[in-house]
Amino acid sequence: MRSNILFGRVALAVYLVIFFGYLLGPLLVMGLTAFNSAPFPSITPWQCYTYEWFGALFQDERILNGIKHSFIVGIGTVILSVSIGLAASLVLTQVWPRWRSTYYTIIIAPILIPGVVLGISTLVFWRRVSEVFGENAAFLNNGLFLTIIGQSTFIASYCMLVFVARLQRFDTGLTEAALDLGATHTQAFRKIMLPFMRPAIASAAVLAFLASFENYNTTTFTFGAYPTLTIELSQMVRYGINPSISALAVIIVALTVFAALAAEVYRRRSKIKSGDIKPGKGLPAWMFGNVATILLVALSFVVIAMVYSAQAYSPAQCKIDYKAERQIENQTRIEALQKARREARQNAAPLESITSEPPSQGAGAFGSVFAPTNLEDAAGTGSEESGTPEAPASPFGSVFAPNNLEDAVGAGKN
Amino acid sequence: MSSGVDVTLDNVWIKFGDFVAVREANVNIKGGDFFSFLGPSGCGKTTILRAVSGFLNPSEGRVLIGGKDMAGIGPNKRPTALIFQNLALFPLMKVWENITFSMEVKGASAVERRKRADELLDMIALQGQGDKLPSELSGGQKQRVAIARALCAEPDVLLLDEPLSALDLKLRQHMRTELREIQQRVGITFIYITHDQGEALTMSDSVAVMRNGIIDQIGDGHAVYDTPATPFVASFVGENNVFRGKISAINGNEAVIATNRSGELLSRITPAAVGKLKVGDDAMMFVRPEVLNVGEGTDKTTISAKVLNEEFEGNSYSVFLEGNGGKRIKMAMPNMGQNQHSTKGEVVSFSYDVNNAVVMPAGELASE
Repeated sequence: MRSNILFGRVALAVYLVIFFGYLLGPLLVMGLTAFNSAPFPSITPWQCYTYEWFGALFQDERILNGIKHSFIVGIGTVILSVSIGLAASLVLTQVWPRWRSTYYTIIIAPILIPGVVLGISTLVFWRRVSEVFGENAAFLNNGLFLTIIGQSTFIASYCMLVFVARLQRFDTGLTEAALDLGATHTQAFRKIMLPFMRPAIASAAVLAFLASFENYNTTTFTFGAYPTLTIELSQMVRYGINPSISALAVIIVALTVFAALAAEVYRRRSKIKSGDIKPGKGLPAWMFGNVATILLVALSFVVIAMVYSAQAYSPAQCKIDYKAERQIENQTRIEALQKARREARQNAAPLESITSEPPSQGAGAFGSVFAPTNLEDAAGTGSEESGTPEAPASPFGSVFAPNNLEDAVGAGKN
Repeated sequence: MSSGVDVTLDNVWIKFGDFVAVREANVNIKGGDFFSFLGPSGCGKTTILRAVSGFLNPSEGRVLIGGKDMAGIGPNKRPTALIFQNLALFPLMKVWENITFSMEVKGASAVERRKRADELLDMIALQGQGDKLPSELSGGQKQRVAIARALCAEPDVLLLDEPLSALDLKLRQHMRTELREIQQRVGITFIYITHDQGEALTMSDSVAVMRNGIIDQIGDGHAVYDTPATPFVASFVGENNVFRGKISAINGNEAVIATNRSGELLSRITPAAVGKLKVGDDAMMFVRPEVLNVGEGTDKTTISAKVLNEEFEGNSYSVFLEGNGGKRIKMAMPNMGQNQHSTKGEVVSFSYDVNNAVVMPAGELASE
């Protein structure tokens, strides 16, 4: 029995490790690549610890503009979707019961329609509308306007679902009580209904912003001259990426964790205040006996420490060392290859005499070419450039030497 | 505070599609009265209240408050305040903000409102509780806050929709007295909705008993209890023994009814039915359990039956008897300290005073 329980616990632990590994592993790896000086997002071979990709990120006009556009679109979508969603949900509670399910289906339909269809139809419809209005309605063709409109078509439905859930718990008697006490309909809405809906409005706004920020397939048709971050990222992936994307990911993850921790701190604080949970023992009072506070403070310290060390720390020496190391490594490898080839040639001449000898050295030449580190780098370069050897002096060794390839790509990009 | 104004329902019909919720309601409520609508759930009493407060319009007829026709005037413009069944206190507002909501929507300053709230909190004996949220109050306290909130609007008519139904018995009894006191102090018209006949009888100046959208009887507590107009009122208000039969003789205000199983019995004709009964009509006679006394009376006011069992109710004993043909009769004996009143299986004779029995044309009874 005891061993059964033990087995169960171990199995559960293993499962949890796998599960969280699956969830968080990619994030962790991507986060690490942001600090590796290798020019492609990778963690092996580890070259040098660096902050240069954060610098590169903040120099990259396209990413910065993408972020800016994403924020503008996000805020516009939040405003539009929350208002449309709130109005739609209010109508749903007012409309005759007979029409309710029909109305609900119509309102919910945009969620079920593929994003690309919404994108294309937004583009086609508003282009036609702007043609009707002519020159003085040029904003109808503006990428920001179209993207906000296009995204809101379905994000408003998400918002409505959030509001409907909250409204189902609303006591219409409260509105009636307000009217009975002399309030106008507007006052009853503003003073009774809106305060009740406030938490739902907050969560709908967050939901709408996140949905807008990460949207790709609708935006891809509507962005016009204003590519958002997701559009920029996808275009960059097509033409080769560098770890500044990982740096962006690190920043986004850090902000998310920060916000989540802050929310948790707030939640626990109010719970401790109301006496629902007890403060943890042995923790300083200013932390409200709150584990989340400690994590939040720790995270803040790590971020501050990193920002400070970034000013002082320079990986230049490490890079020089690494380059030298790689050069020596390559040199020895090239020499080994040349030696192997010489020997092979010598062996080939008196072929009859050495038939019994296995061709292990020839295979060895290939073996070193396909050594794991080489392969990884070769894969990282992207397939387009790899097919154009620039210095075919020695057919195998130098073409596939990692350094050469890297330089070739670097040259291609610049 | 304004003294109460009259409320009149003039031939009011309220229909929802084919369903008639209120049929031909004619009610005159005197200013300053405590008036109750009493009836089982679904009888249309809340519908009447909503028509008075303005949440729905009568399909036919008029609602007059202080002699003024209320047609087309919305709930926020009527001189009424409604206390909801679930109280409908605003959960996100503090107690004092709840109480003075009616001033807030008129644009009164916070200082003014706070002052008024403190006055009202004094009145309902909740001093210093103004900064709590409604969720932090007990049931009775919430009740009083709802009353204060309604009174703060200075209505001419206060409408109460079963406001005590959610409270436990002790609190309910306490709040009955308190409501009555408040009503007498402020002197405005109270219209009270309830399905609890005890509440209606203890508090009201006048009671209207309703059944299926029809008002069966309007009168003070005594009239409704002692001289019910219809079999429904007789069986709904309080407990009653019913004897069915046919009228065999009429003599002025008294009639002899040949009951189906208990022989001929003499009874007073209920005032509402005087002149409407003929010999041979189907009739019902009602005798309340507490007016039955052990011992023989005249031969037309005496019934004999076998004791089935006895229940102790605290202030009284209920004795259940079985007469001829399985006729069930209930008798109530006040608890005077005796251990037991009757022996099981014993056949007893009991009688009643003719003035305590009423007979009327047969009709619908309140369902148990």
